[in-house]
Amino acid sequence: MRMDKSYSQSFEITGNNFFDAGKAATEVKMILKQIGINSDIIRRVAIASYEAEMNVVMYAKRASMTIEISQEKIKIVVDDEGPGIQNIELAMKEGYSTATTEMREMGFGAGMGLPNIKRNADHLKIESEVGKGTKVEFVIELKESARGGSKER
Amino acid sequence: MTLNEISKLLSCEVFCGEDQLNMDIEFGCASDLMSDVLAFSRSGAILLTGLVNTQTIHTAFIAEINAVVFVRRKKPDKDIVALAREKHIPLLGTPYSLYEASGILYKTGLISTMECISVKNENG
Ligand SMILES: Nc1ncnc2c1ncn2[C@@H]1O[C@H](COP(=O)(O)OP(=O)(O)O)[C@@H](O)[C@H]1O
Ligand SMILES: [Mg+2]
Repeated sequence: MRMDKSYSQSFEITGNNFFDAGKAATEVKMILKQIGINSDIIRRVAIASYEAEMNVVMYAKRASMTIEISQEKIKIVVDDEGPGIQNIELAMKEGYSTATTEMREMGFGAGMGLPNIKRNADHLKIESEVGKGTKVEFVIELKESARGGSKER
Repeated sequence: MTLNEISKLLSCEVFCGEDQLNMDIEFGCASDLMSDVLAFSRSGAILLTGLVNTQTIHTAFIAEINAVVFVRRKKPDKDIVALAREKHIPLLGTPYSLYEASGILYKTGLISTMECISVKNENG
């Protein structure tokens, strides 16, 4: 693959729309497939994007998911309008969840989403303002040398 | 193991993907929790689950699950089958429970995706 310029595209995600939940992550996956990105990387980006998308569907009102691809990295930014996260450190803990029974019946809400994002990304940044919204930003490195190591943060 | 062999072992009904039954399945994975599937599966696996909704199909597509078997005679509705067709993911249904179906496949030597992932995590 050769890309001199970076490429970027955005998708809308609507809160509480469980039927369409997964569409934005699917679009992201299709784009990466089309460009011919390594399948292991595609899988990591897709999984992290899907968990971030599900969080918007479950907890927020709406969001935009933006993918930026350059030679060095793939960056996904999910910027939502919603209740925000009061305690990010707590939210990051495996098993911590405020999901309702209905959400659990959809197969989500086990408190594994944010940890799954962290596991698949090389860098993860979460910014949140209670009552306004949350911005989840993660990067997956494409350059061999830049990968690994960064997981410790 | 081929999907066709799995289908016979589990006495499956095929909801879609009849033409893909010769595909190779390398690993097995059983869960009703989609976050677990996303965390612990690998591409090339079959997913056994009691969760029958569109999220199951999206999860399978995102995690590169080759095929899905719904347990205990659970049947997907039209929307779910249509989505699976669009994503080329075969959907099957077995009368066996999740435990029984997993056991039958495990006994034949189909290895778990989770073992693979936990070994990998310990090393990395
Ligand atoms: N975009 C978001 N807006 C508001 N709260 C969120 C958002 N994402 C996550 N959270 C909060 O963080 C918790 C943990 O998230 P996560 O690890 O994805 O697990 P789960 O979604 O299974 O609960 C959620 O239960 C929720 O309280
Ligand atoms: Mg979540």
